Amino acid sequence: MFPVKELKRSALIALWFAFLTFPIMVIKVDPIERVVQYRWDNMFFIAFGSFVISILAKVYVIRKERRAVSKKETAATEPFAQRIIREPRFLYPLVLGCFIFGISFPFLFSTYQTNIMTTALMYVVLGLGLNIVVGVAGLLDLGYVAFYAVGAYSYALLNLNFDLGFWVVLPIGGLMAAFLGVILGFPVLRLRGDYLAIVTLGFGEIIRLVLENWNAFSQGPSGIANIPRPGFFGMDMTFAGGITYIYYLVLLLVVLTIFVVNRLQNSRLGRAWLALREDEIACQAMGIDKTKTKLVAFSLGAFWAGFVGVIFAAKTTFVNPASFTFLESAIILSIVVLGGMGSIVGVIIGALILILLPEYLRALSEYRMLAFGAILVVMMVFKPDGIISNVRRSYHIRKQGLSEGESHE
Amino acid sequence: MDYFIELLFAGLTRGSIYALIALGYTMVYGIIGLINFAHGEIYMIGAFTSFIVATVLSIYGFPLLAIVVIAGVAAAVWSSAYGFTVEKLAYRPLRKAPRLAPLISAIGMSIFLQNYVLLAQTSDFLPFPELIPEFAFMEPVAHIVGSSDMVILVTTTLVMIGLTCLIKFTKIGKAMRATAQDKTMAVLVGVNVDRVISATFVIGSALAAIGGLLIASHIGQINFYIGFLAGIKAFTAAVLGGIGSIPGAVLGSLVLGLTESFATGYISSDYEDVFAFSLLVLILIFKPTGLLGKAEIQKV
Repeated sequence: MFPVKELKRSALIALWFAFLTFPIMVIKVDPIERVVQYRWDNMFFIAFGSFVISILAKVYVIRKERRAVSKKETAATEPFAQRIIREPRFLYPLVLGCFIFGISFPFLFSTYQTNIMTTALMYVVLGLGLNIVVGVAGLLDLGYVAFYAVGAYSYALLNLNFDLGFWVVLPIGGLMAAFLGVILGFPVLRLRGDYLAIVTLGFGEIIRLVLENWNAFSQGPSGIANIPRPGFFGMDMTFAGGITYIYYLVLLLVVLTIFVVNRLQNSRLGRAWLALREDEIACQAMGIDKTKTKLVAFSLGAFWAGFVGVIFAAKTTFVNPASFTFLESAIILSIVVLGGMGSIVGVIIGALILILLPEYLRALSEYRMLAFGAILVVMMVFKPDGIISNVRRSYHIRKQGLSEGESHE
Repeated sequence: MDYFIELLFAGLTRGSIYALIALGYTMVYGIIGLINFAHGEIYMIGAFTSFIVATVLSIYGFPLLAIVVIAGVAAAVWSSAYGFTVEKLAYRPLRKAPRLAPLISAIGMSIFLQNYVLLAQTSDFLPFPELIPEFAFMEPVAHIVGSSDMVILVTTTLVMIGLTCLIKFTKIGKAMRATAQDKTMAVLVGVNVDRVISATFVIGSALAAIGGLLIASHIGQINFYIGFLAGIKAFTAAVLGGIGSIPGAVLGSLVLGLTESFATGYISSDYEDVFAFSLLVLILIFKPTGLLGKAEIQKV
């Protein structure tokens, strides 16, 4: 079944990777003790692993080609996940089930679990926010974490200097981030896709570096501690109670975000974003104000990040610049890409997988960033649409006569 | 005045290292229009390979000259191999994909390579062996210009001349220029575009590796994270000079190196990286084509 030629090819690939990874995987030197350590077992693992992976990849490609051939005969079959989303009969009970599970979560599991779930839900909101920018409007923003930082620091600083409470700062933090989004977006949104990515990355780093170095303003790398948790009409809460409270807060925010993003996607604005992503020139020809539409996407995405930033500061009661590195942006981007750009359900699943999996598989947490990088590459190469690709509203025209005609071949 | 000259040379040294990395960005961009985000990581791998090889050889007691040559060759060979593999795995399948896809894939590759080195080696800063000795004839000016600065400047100049000759006079250089001008046309006149693209990655990676070796022995320590910042700055330099243009990359790198050197020398060293990033943002906003670049006309 599997051709010998391919086996030979895989063996060659294995040899190549053994060579490639030789200095870094095998040799380990200690420059101070002056000892060299050879780890030959690593070389074996690499060779074996790349052999297996190359065979699997080839099998996948062959299967895909075969499916592409047979697809002509059978009518377009939708993937299982998408069929569920399409059919209200399945969708509504599913959503209801998720909702009930979400509400009862703190009663079913320990405080520790609730805390982790809160983090995951925060990433859901961040992912949905970035999804507006990257997935829907097609603007690759690599400095998304800057807006998150703005939200967190605006709560920390306003609380420290002016003694403002959580509920007052929550909208302020969001608006500050959105405002910054407009300020940054205005000059840079004229740039083409890849330039935009680099400029946003630069902005993200500038904001982090300023927070790190401007001691008088942000207390530098040591950060700001003792930020109060959110209150509930002045009620006193236990530690566990506080965590449960924040959990519900974030859950509420998730529901709100899903509602807003969902409504946005089918609105005039949402369609303008999609059109802009597909073809800017055609879009302008249809009379859409390019700059304004992009700016709205950019600042709306920033708004959610600012929101979550405030909650993040309240949840951890401590912020410092180290929480807002480029890697954080990369994680959020992986969530959007893995889930499927532009798809709400996909982003939620992506966030839950990428945040919860390393938490529960402690052994894996070391390899977490390695996996994020690999996911970005593999998804782009094999399944650029993500786990659940966004289903655009479209009419299906059934060509019954044609399929019969083709089967004669 | 001495301080000024010191800063000038420091800036030139910095700029020529940026130039070695920036060339890889600009060549790849010129040919396939992709920002090779993983290029900084290739440079880091070059530095790491030369660190490993040099340390092993010095433990086994090789003479200094042999160490320098072998470490340099090893760094170039392995970096090229990584560049070649990265292109094949992460970019080639996406040749016809929408513009965002290869960029995301490149970012993924960059994160992957960083963490690969982190896991396989260490997250600590490692002391890099001193490969460039203090030359006796440099004694009178040693307080202004170090020997390693001089070696870096000379090596970079030689490498630049070599690269220019390669692109001007050899067959592969001609093929590269043809591919950069018009890929379809190049295919029609019998250029193997895939091979040219691979060659571009190999050459760019080898240059970055040489840069990695030089800077690591100049600074004296390395870490898995050095590629990120160096990559961004070299990219800034390439954009400053006009991305896609080889003389532009060199010019942009020197301008960036001097700006950074004087800014940290006369203003403040806390915001060293902020200067570079601000410069990048300003150029992209006001003159996205850079100093020597050509404006790209978007056709419908």
